[in-house]
Amino acid sequence: MLRIDLEGHFQEKIDREERIEAKDWMPEAYRKTLIRQISQHAHSEIVGMLPEGNWISRAPSLKRKAILLAKIQDEAGHGLYLYSACETLGIDRDELLNELHTGKAKYSSIFNYPALTWADMGAIGWLVDGAAIMNQIPLCRTSYGPYSRAMIRICKEESFHQRQGYEIMLTLSRGSTVQKNMAQDALNRWWWPSIMMFGPNDSDSTHSAQSIKWKIKRFSNDELRQRFIDMTVPQAELIGLKIPDPDLKWNEERKSYDFGKINWDEFWNVVKGNGPCNKQRLRDRVKAHEDGAWVRDAAVAYAEKKRSGRVN
Amino acid sequence: MKNWPLFEIFIRSKSGLNHKHVGSLHAADAQMAIENARDVYTRRQEGISIWVVESKYISASDPVDSDPFFEPALDKIYRHPTFYDLPDEVKHM
Repeated sequence: MLRIDLEGHFQEKIDREERIEAKDWMPEAYRKTLIRQISQHAHSEIVGMLPEGNWISRAPSLKRKAILLAKIQDEAGHGLYLYSACETLGIDRDELLNELHTGKAKYSSIFNYPALTWADMGAIGWLVDGAAIMNQIPLCRTSYGPYSRAMIRICKEESFHQRQGYEIMLTLSRGSTVQKNMAQDALNRWWWPSIMMFGPNDSDSTHSAQSIKWKIKRFSNDELRQRFIDMTVPQAELIGLKIPDPDLKWNEERKSYDFGKINWDEFWNVVKGNGPCNKQRLRDRVKAHEDGAWVRDAAVAYAEKKRSGRVN
Repeated sequence: MKNWPLFEIFIRSKSGLNHKHVGSLHAADAQMAIENARDVYTRRQEGISIWVVESKYISASDPVDSDPFFEPALDKIYRHPTFYDLPDEVKHM
């Protein structure tokens, strides 16, 4: 009886658009869903630094290098905002990292694709960050307060990421034939994985209905995907690039683009660990963590030394 | 990161305004918390001053009791200026 009451009050609070805060009562399943989603999101920010990190030393100019560094630094920051939000739910950082490093927790599958050319830095910013923003804007109003506040901060910073990516594509598309082909090739490779970022079709999405009732999610995967496609197609046209989908066509009745069938076998295959870079990404992440162990230990030792007054 | 305590971070965005809670981070000590908070929370000139405090030192009211706890303020509407009916001739008061 009491439990039912608590759940009833909880749902009423959500229906009134009041935020849930860390110490408020919440159903265990709500807490679990959030830990899964926020940590997955945090891991994606951190793993997302890897394909781009690959291009810092090979950026075509000092300006592009400085921009890329700033973008990657933002991603580290975004990971931190999200880990902190996740920790308010009563799980600690070590446990979260451990789940990532052992493969128990997932991160966005998009980062299991390789960044082969400089144009990929453009395509990732334009498409991958673009799709992420589409997902993240409604999350600014998500029902869990700490998550919502982290998302507001992230969204403010994210728009530079997409614009710088599109600008790279714009510059390449105005360049030599080789440069233009490079941009088209990057679009060809990143388009489908990008629209898969919104997750399975609504009919196959396991967590969606409950998440929408709890206002963790506000729009369905398919709604957001459609919105992203409708927004992105004209941007591609504007810089003379072609979306690699022969079935893509404007539907006057729906006032939206119809698009081709998504290869969900590929999607699930990458989720299950068989993408081109899954092993490499995880290995790099674990290595970075292990290589940093002595720094973390030294910092603790130094802090203790300072506390005991042996250094100033 | 078991040994790195959690710090709550407060930022003053410009002089004249309060420090405001912005989030938390782990650091070995307060000095490192301040430096990391600068890198994490003020990359775009969001602040001119940072406070950090170890999370364990913050005491908070209990949300379960929040209704009775804040109830005493509920029925004292005479604390608000609009409670008082004054003649229209009194223009600004």
